[in-house]
Amino acid sequence: MLQDKDRIFTNLYGLQPWQLAAARKRGNWDGTKDIIAKGRDWIVTEMKDSGLRGRGGAGFPTGMKWSFMPKATPEKPGDGRPSYLVVNADESEPGTCKDRDIIRNDPHTLVEGCLLAGVGLGAHAGYIYIRGEFVNEAKVLQAAIDEAYAAGLLGKNACGSGYDFDLYLHRGAGAYICGEETALLESLEGKKGQPRLKPPFPAACGLYGCPTTVNNVETIAVVPTILRRGAAWFAGFGRPKNSGTKIFCIQGHVNQPCNVEEAMSIPLKELIEKHAGGVRGGWDNLMAVIPGGSSTPCIPKSVCDTVLMDFDALRDAKSGLGTAAVIVMDKSTDIIYAIARLSQFYKHESCGQCTPCREGLGWVWRVMLRMVQGRATIEEIDTLEEVTREIEGHTICALADGAAWPVQGLIRHFRPEMEARIKAYKSGALRQAAE
Amino acid sequence: MPKLTVDGKVVEVPNGATVLQACEAAGAEIPRFCYHERLSIAGNCRMCLVEIEKTPKPQASCAMPAAEGMVVKTDSAITKKARKGVMEFLLINHPLDCPICDQGGECDLQDQAMAYGFDRGRFDENKRAVPDKDLGPLVKTSMNRCIHCTRCIRFCTEVAGVEELGATFRGEHMEITTYVEKALTSELSGNIIDLCPVGALTSKPYAFVARPWELRKTESIDVHDAVGSNIRLDARPPEVLRVLPRLNEAVNEEWISDKTRFAYDGLKRQRLDRPYVRINGTLQPVSWQDAFVAIAARLRNLPGSKIAAIAGDLVDAEAMMALKDLMQALGSPNIDCRQDGAKLDASTRAAYLFNSGIAGIEQADALLLVGTNPRWEAPLVNARIRKRWLTGKLKIAAVGPQLDLTYKYDYLGAGPQTLADVASGKHAFAEVLKNAKNPMIIVGQGALARTDGAAVLGLARQVAETCGLIKDGWNGFNVLHTAAARVGGLDLGFVPGQGGRDVAGILEGAGKGEIEVVYLFGADEIDTAKLGKAFVIYQGHHGDKGAHRADVVLPGAAYTEKNGTYVNTEGRVQQARVAVFPPGEAREDWKIIRALSEALGRKLPYDTLAQLRGRLATVNPVFARVGEKPAAAAWGAFGQVGTTTTAAFVSPITNFYMTDPITRCSETMAKCSALLVAASGKTGTHG
Repeated sequence: MLQDKDRIFTNLYGLQPWQLAAARKRGNWDGTKDIIAKGRDWIVTEMKDSGLRGRGGAGFPTGMKWSFMPKATPEKPGDGRPSYLVVNADESEPGTCKDRDIIRNDPHTLVEGCLLAGVGLGAHAGYIYIRGEFVNEAKVLQAAIDEAYAAGLLGKNACGSGYDFDLYLHRGAGAYICGEETALLESLEGKKGQPRLKPPFPAACGLYGCPTTVNNVETIAVVPTILRRGAAWFAGFGRPKNSGTKIFCIQGHVNQPCNVEEAMSIPLKELIEKHAGGVRGGWDNLMAVIPGGSSTPCIPKSVCDTVLMDFDALRDAKSGLGTAAVIVMDKSTDIIYAIARLSQFYKHESCGQCTPCREGLGWVWRVMLRMVQGRATIEEIDTLEEVTREIEGHTICALADGAAWPVQGLIRHFRPEMEARIKAYKSGALRQAAE
Repeated sequence: MPKLTVDGKVVEVPNGATVLQACEAAGAEIPRFCYHERLSIAGNCRMCLVEIEKTPKPQASCAMPAAEGMVVKTDSAITKKARKGVMEFLLINHPLDCPICDQGGECDLQDQAMAYGFDRGRFDENKRAVPDKDLGPLVKTSMNRCIHCTRCIRFCTEVAGVEELGATFRGEHMEITTYVEKALTSELSGNIIDLCPVGALTSKPYAFVARPWELRKTESIDVHDAVGSNIRLDARPPEVLRVLPRLNEAVNEEWISDKTRFAYDGLKRQRLDRPYVRINGTLQPVSWQDAFVAIAARLRNLPGSKIAAIAGDLVDAEAMMALKDLMQALGSPNIDCRQDGAKLDASTRAAYLFNSGIAGIEQADALLLVGTNPRWEAPLVNARIRKRWLTGKLKIAAVGPQLDLTYKYDYLGAGPQTLADVASGKHAFAEVLKNAKNPMIIVGQGALARTDGAAVLGLARQVAETCGLIKDGWNGFNVLHTAAARVGGLDLGFVPGQGGRDVAGILEGAGKGEIEVVYLFGADEIDTAKLGKAFVIYQGHHGDKGAHRADVVLPGAAYTEKNGTYVNTEGRVQQARVAVFPPGEAREDWKIIRALSEALGRKLPYDTLAQLRGRLATVNPVFARVGEKPAAAAWGAFGQVGTTTTAAFVSPITNFYMTDPITRCSETMAKCSALLVAASGKTGTHG
């Protein structure tokens, strides 16, 4: 279990004020100038060594991502385009609520992280794209940015380091798809939020056609602590390639739903029992867990017994760590309905660009609705599975994948329940017909 | 030059090529809906997915840059599965109403579903219903059929330059719409019908008229403006049922204007289908013989100086040649093909051509528009200017009317004084032209068809010479014509001979009684009230202004009904072909003149079109170069040094949809002009 001294988010629960003075007491903004003085290369190397993988869901190594940004040297001067940092605070994945608490209670970790990431990327401007529904969070974050400006921590000669860095907060208008990095850039530019084709990747051609790195709030917020305490410290948690600490959002049928920062690779069972007060009605009452936010496939109890909470272990269990939003469902759950509700969500949030996602998700949702009632045939389960395979991997962005996976997970682990539902409906219908 | 392997075949493609292009180079067919060569890449239909080795997912080949060493598989299981899947998704909400769909038989979705789809559906839910949109009198919508490829949106935004189409809502509720329902205001809007891969956007006038396999297709040339767009006439005799563009990179690429596309219904109305002679003040139908006799009687013993001929805007070069020869035989020098009175100088070919060529606009880096509204005078020239402007390499300025041309330009002034300032180097834009590599000037008819036209032409030449528009391999002096017949007429010398009168002179002479017989050959844009008491012979295809004033009417053929040569504004010689026969007793125009010449005892020395074309080529060798890139015309002295007035330049076209006898008879064009031109000055509080 993670010790308190190793927590990055020391005010995750808002027990102390979020303001700058309190944040400084907690260690934020400590020695920022010195870190900046160590330079861009040192920061990127340190991030690489820390093994931090992006916390937004895809788990791409952050240090490597940063190293893709172009670098103007005296021998190879750049093309004059500025570089940008964009922070994705459009946290909309059902089940995920970690960024919200970071911004609400510990915004200075993010603001400081932006500055340091900016240095690491060679960016002199950063944009935080915050979900429109986060009204109070946006207010807090803006206030934190203003505080930082007032204290000379941002802006010209940030922290007295000689580095100029401006940070802007932009509020979204409420679309899940705007959490996809290129759709976010489109939205930030004032266009309709639709993912862009890749390549070109944002590191080559991103915001306003300039090199851009888009990172999740949590990814950026852990940067200052990593740089202060060293890559080795951060890499000391979790298994290799899955290192660090992570905020887990535990919810659903547990006794005490909570956000908790834990070391990576903690066993799922331990996570739920220690921090969330256990599954409602005891561990044996567990039916399934969606381990990484709504777009990851659910895993049944048999897997939950032993699985570790990290990228690779969950991938091997044919699920994913995603954003580490652990949705716990006990045996009272109508799991078919639960997944059908997710299908409705994704159908609603599809941007409509790509054919498979636009047309397929509505189809999947409608079939799922019938599956909930059992008003279907056994063969249709196979059709449904096949349709999700036709959707998956055939679109510009990963929304369609995230919509297909929960259904696939359901069919993989709970096919007997679906068949039973269909049979029950049929016999019920037959009985009604007979009467 | 990346080398890659497509289905085991190694191909080398140019840098920047996409995987799709590489596959095509390797001979592998890639199905697609959203991809179009002339539009930006959307990559959203996902039909062109292919397997590329070392990538985890199939990739959209239209958007994937071809890279060295790529191994592409277009017939692998993964590729096939992806295509089948996408095709199934495209069809689940598609109404499959092919039997009542106008796109049937020429539908990309139909064809590709045959090639790549399942043979049955698995979709048991209800299909989506989308309300149809009213996009005006030209484009019919059936939005249930839409597959959201966004080609129409991209065309309007990129090529046409009117951001009027867009997609609202998202996911399966996404709709293509004009946001607030309104008619499209682009002159190129009809092209979205061709672009639409399904039957969502079809032609309103052509709705439920015919199936493509019933139509006889004739490759021809458009005459509604001087661009000479290459078109295909789809006819089911005796009617032309629709007009479609043909590919010609140098002229119209693959677009045509709405006038070109939709004015064909004017060919069915107000047609002159038999000869008439005015007897006792009214036009009476007569036989050809009687009509010729009436003309011969009036011309008997009349000196040539009292006879005149004016050629109109839609006539073909062959007939003009025949008429010129006939007038010569009658001893008349009074001929003119510039019925708008434009002070064009026929002596130097470079003086009246669009010398840079329409495709040459894509090399230009500075452009001065003089007295022209290219958006209405030649929409495809305007589209080229916009295309070049979008690259960011073209700086544009305008003298004359200040209009929305779909691109930004510096407005320099309204009249000749501003042009004189540029010519003398006083105006700052002169420097822009001088510093440009390929500077251009486009002089419209609005700058030339005025009393000081010759002096304006002289000023334009001065701009060309002082600002470095004429250099090795580049001639930036361009005249933009509005009449399809004009350049041909100038090339064959249908201009006043020694001591002859021009249009203004002819009208003045007719008013004074000095000209007694006027031969109006398709000339309807003159003020017929000025013809006085002259005996008017009208030869043409429509009962327009000229025919109303005529004493003898000779029914001719419209451009769809004759083999005729037209020279476009660049000097490109092209031939229109017969799609249908002229109505009733109407005949091809050169034959009428040839027959008349015999009736007048001045028999012209050619009996076949080939002989007449031979005559054309001897008069001016350019007529032998059919379809070829026009040769560079030699520069020379033209125009006048003279005083100009202060009057502002105005475009000769006040209504894009009604510029000639055909369009004036077109119901479709009437609807367009009522909706888009007449209403354009109104504000939201009107009605």
